[in-house]
Amino acid sequence: MITASESTLKGGAVTELGVRKSQRLAEVAMENHLPSISLIESAGADLPNQSKIFVPGGQTFRDLSRSSKARRPTVCVVFGSSTAGGAYIPGMSDYAIFVKDQAEVYLAGPPLVKMATGEVADNEALGGAEMHSRVSGVSDYLAEDERDGIRLAREVIAHLHREKHVPVRGAVEPPRYDADELLGVASNDVRVPFDPREVLARVVDGSRFSEFKPLYGTTLVCGWAHIHGYPVGILANHGILFSEAANKGAQFIQLCNQTDTPLVFLQNITGFMVGTKYEQEGIIKNGAKLINAVSNSTVPAITIMTGASYGAGNYAMCGRAYGPRFLFSWPSHRIAVMGGKQLAGVLDIIQRESADKRGEAVDEERLGVMKQMVEGQIDLESNAFFATARLWDDGIIDPRDTRDVLGLSLSAVYNAPVTGTTSWGVFRH
Amino acid sequence: MIKSIHTVLAANRGEIARRVFRTCRSLGIRTVAVFSDADAGAPFVQEADVAVRLPGSASAETYWNADAILDAAARTGADAIHPGYGFLAENAEFAEACAARGVTFIGPPPAAIRAMGQKREAKALAVKAGVPVVPGSEGAVDDAALAKAADAVGYPVLLKASAGGGGKGMRIVRAAAELPEAIAAAKRESKAAFGDDALLLEKYIERPRHVEIQIFGDAHGNVVHLFERECSIQRRYQKIVEEAPSTALSPELRAAMGDAAVRLAKAIGYVNAGTVEFVLGPAGDFHFLEVNTRLQVEHPVTECVTGLDLVREQIRVAEGHPLSFTQEQLKLDGASIEVRLYAEDPGAGHLPQTGVIHDFHLPARDGVRVDSGVEAGSDVGIHYDPMLAKIVGFGPDRESARRRLVAALRELSISGVRTNRDLLLRTLDDQAFVAGDLDTHFLERRFGVELVAPPTDGALALAALAATLRSHAERAARAPVPTVTPRFRNNPFADECTAYRVGDREVTTHHRVLRDGSLHVVVRGGADGDAQTLVVSNLEVSERDVSFEANGVRRAARVTRADDATTVLVDGVLATFDESPRFPERRVAAQEGGYAAPMPGKVTDVRVKVGQAVRQGETLLVLEAMKMEHPIKAHSDGTVEALLAPPGTQVDPGTILIVVQ
Repeated sequence: MITASESTLKGGAVTELGVRKSQRLAEVAMENHLPSISLIESAGADLPNQSKIFVPGGQTFRDLSRSSKARRPTVCVVFGSSTAGGAYIPGMSDYAIFVKDQAEVYLAGPPLVKMATGEVADNEALGGAEMHSRVSGVSDYLAEDERDGIRLAREVIAHLHREKHVPVRGAVEPPRYDADELLGVASNDVRVPFDPREVLARVVDGSRFSEFKPLYGTTLVCGWAHIHGYPVGILANHGILFSEAANKGAQFIQLCNQTDTPLVFLQNITGFMVGTKYEQEGIIKNGAKLINAVSNSTVPAITIMTGASYGAGNYAMCGRAYGPRFLFSWPSHRIAVMGGKQLAGVLDIIQRESADKRGEAVDEERLGVMKQMVEGQIDLESNAFFATARLWDDGIIDPRDTRDVLGLSLSAVYNAPVTGTTSWGVFRH
Repeated sequence: MIKSIHTVLAANRGEIARRVFRTCRSLGIRTVAVFSDADAGAPFVQEADVAVRLPGSASAETYWNADAILDAAARTGADAIHPGYGFLAENAEFAEACAARGVTFIGPPPAAIRAMGQKREAKALAVKAGVPVVPGSEGAVDDAALAKAADAVGYPVLLKASAGGGGKGMRIVRAAAELPEAIAAAKRESKAAFGDDALLLEKYIERPRHVEIQIFGDAHGNVVHLFERECSIQRRYQKIVEEAPSTALSPELRAAMGDAAVRLAKAIGYVNAGTVEFVLGPAGDFHFLEVNTRLQVEHPVTECVTGLDLVREQIRVAEGHPLSFTQEQLKLDGASIEVRLYAEDPGAGHLPQTGVIHDFHLPARDGVRVDSGVEAGSDVGIHYDPMLAKIVGFGPDRESARRRLVAALRELSISGVRTNRDLLLRTLDDQAFVAGDLDTHFLERRFGVELVAPPTDGALALAALAATLRSHAERAARAPVPTVTPRFRNNPFADECTAYRVGDREVTTHHRVLRDGSLHVVVRGGADGDAQTLVVSNLEVSERDVSFEANGVRRAARVTRADDATTVLVDGVLATFDESPRFPERRVAAQEGGYAAPMPGKVTDVRVKVGQAVRQGETLLVLEAMKMEHPIKAHSDGTVEALLAPPGTQVDPGTILIVVQ
């Protein structure tokens, strides 16, 4: 896991979102047992916004320390000034590499030292790369320049002699269908559905998909395939979730846990089915079974947002809150508690009922404007760019890259043991 | 009397030792190599049945060491020695010593070697045999006699070392006024090279051609000639291109020169293979130069046009057999041209080059013969002649031989040392060469001082492209998920960049992988810095061979990378780049201000003096601390500028002890 501070923005100072992003990256490194390399040039906390950063930001250093304990090596290359919080990153890393004549690392720079104690301190003597390499020992390696710093980091990683246990893979067949066609498969309108098998045919090895229960609960497609040689169990929406689909999904997740098979979710879900018939069939308890299975599954899961992600469907299909190892979105993705039109419709009904009760006439103009505003707001807040800007995913991908992104993600997850569970919460039958 | 040879020791190295072994194997003769320390890993050592180490690397200790070689023959039961060329090949004492030990010397009798070893005596014998010689001084002469002789034959004249060969001590003098200085210089060189400053002087022939006759005699009094070889193309009096037949010889002239050579050989009782060298004037006048009493480097040229194996014939004659052919049976069949591939830099006065040959690749082709002393992995050192290989093209006529040889050289991939490959190619492709218009000043006359032209911008761009494609494939093969699109980026904001340098020219490539697996490459470089955009598909890389289609043109290249240098052969152009490493290894920088004490201690020993030159790694002084001695060593070569801590000084850490510039 490589992270780098962007020193051309506010001197690399950490912002509120920066804290959250680095915490997500630390989580990725932890879950997948990855060594981490930080390339640092950071002014520390973004001081005008310190109130949003200071308290949660402390976790950064705790993560580094716990990473070391978990024998996940941490390497830090200091390229420039790294003050205060920035100084603890090399301080807490297993290996610290300082770039000569550039790295300046101190808890307090000369101005703050003067404020605190009256000492007039020299930059180099206070925190220069040479000083830390020869005197304080905060730096383990003195790099001649930035390239040399990267070379040293490579040298450090090279001697870690980590072994990765990946499943035995045979020859990898490319899909028989052209990935370019995914651009035609993906739908820019959540009301226009597409068969997820059309996606799988362009993602999995040899376009081979061994479908589980193909005649039962057909709105959730489940089955096994290989992606770049890695075996996976796939759950993909093909319409609304009904009780049968939810039960099938829960069973399938249990089966994948029995065989230590990682899961891939392709989300395109507008929600669980509603209505009297479905409530009487127990859609709540059946949906709960799927959510229970997703929550307690211990094999790694990777979620791809290929279209809609509305309501409890987001949860049942391993949305962000359900801890998939990675979650990526297609640009056509929409996410919200429900669609803008639906919400506006609900509003319309409630407003009319309320006016009716009061015996008043409906102010059609006002209601129209109100509905339009709500619909507009929901649509705006549902789009993929709004979502990714809030760390609801790990990035937007070109749909044509789905296969390679899944392959690299699977490669990453195998740095940690892949082990399923047999212990689940109570299923209400 | 026939004395069958069962084991041949080759008292030589490199390609000629391999050449001798090849024939021995075909005759069922056991082979013995001798080798110096420097040659321990050489191909000729591996190919011999038995090989004996001659300790040391200098020629004098090894291949010139007659006692050691005879001892090796005794230890291995060798009953014959083939001396090859150079080293002991023309050493009469060695030939005698062999005879004294009962070992057959595969070469002429000692008397013939001795007779031809001294140029003046050789010339006198030639005159006696009625062989025309270049007019000039005869016998040992002093400076005044040399001047008189010069006046007699008329300027220009040529001064030569009496004992020498190989162009050492040679001087062309065009006017009487230049003579005294030229004599002095020639004497100095001759003395240095041969330990003898006797000179001889002769008429200098303008635009001369070097034409030599291969002769062969047996112990039964038969002597024949195997036609001529023309070796006019030379650099510093060393042949680099040889051919047979010569374009300058009519059948009549060929017969006349052949007869003259045979006459001389008979006059001196010549046995085995030898070569009579002539200088041929523009009017068809030929003059005796010297006799080489050995197998020549360029003998394959003759083998290719006569169908004979000269080494086989040498062995048979040495065994006492009569020649297996008569003059009448010998026929000139077709034409052949040989080039000598040298590890040398024609752009820097033919300076010999040393290093490890990382690639030596020349596919087998019809009508092409390769006699090579090296292979990939061979180390070309400072101790011996820098000739790497001889490449011969042959065919029904001169033009087909030439074209085959050109094609072979264009396919030759060699890396690790600079060679004269480009000069050879330029020579073979030159109009005057194609026309057969040769003389010994060919290179200067045709090419002037710039013997080799640098590769064109277009060729460099293509070579850089091939190099980038190979590294791309190598890195792609190391990917954690090999089937993922090579160098996959979900956010491809910057292409990968590689910089290549040749001298002060730089070529850069920027590349990225497109979705269909093809590569988008932008190559920039050359004088105008023009950028070329290429779409590369069908890339196939197997070891060093790279093939690809760039903008619809399919090409094959060979790329060798070693020691930060990349050599690329593509479309006949061989280019060597310094590739800027992505992450250069750190060099230890000299400490500013000098060498500081690493810890507290006492200076116990100072090993250098102010003004002394020191080499990297040399101990400068010794510091004793905690009962242990800590040597302070030089980080780099330099000169001691100041000694700041004499022995006995107690020092603190950081104290500057010594300053080296």
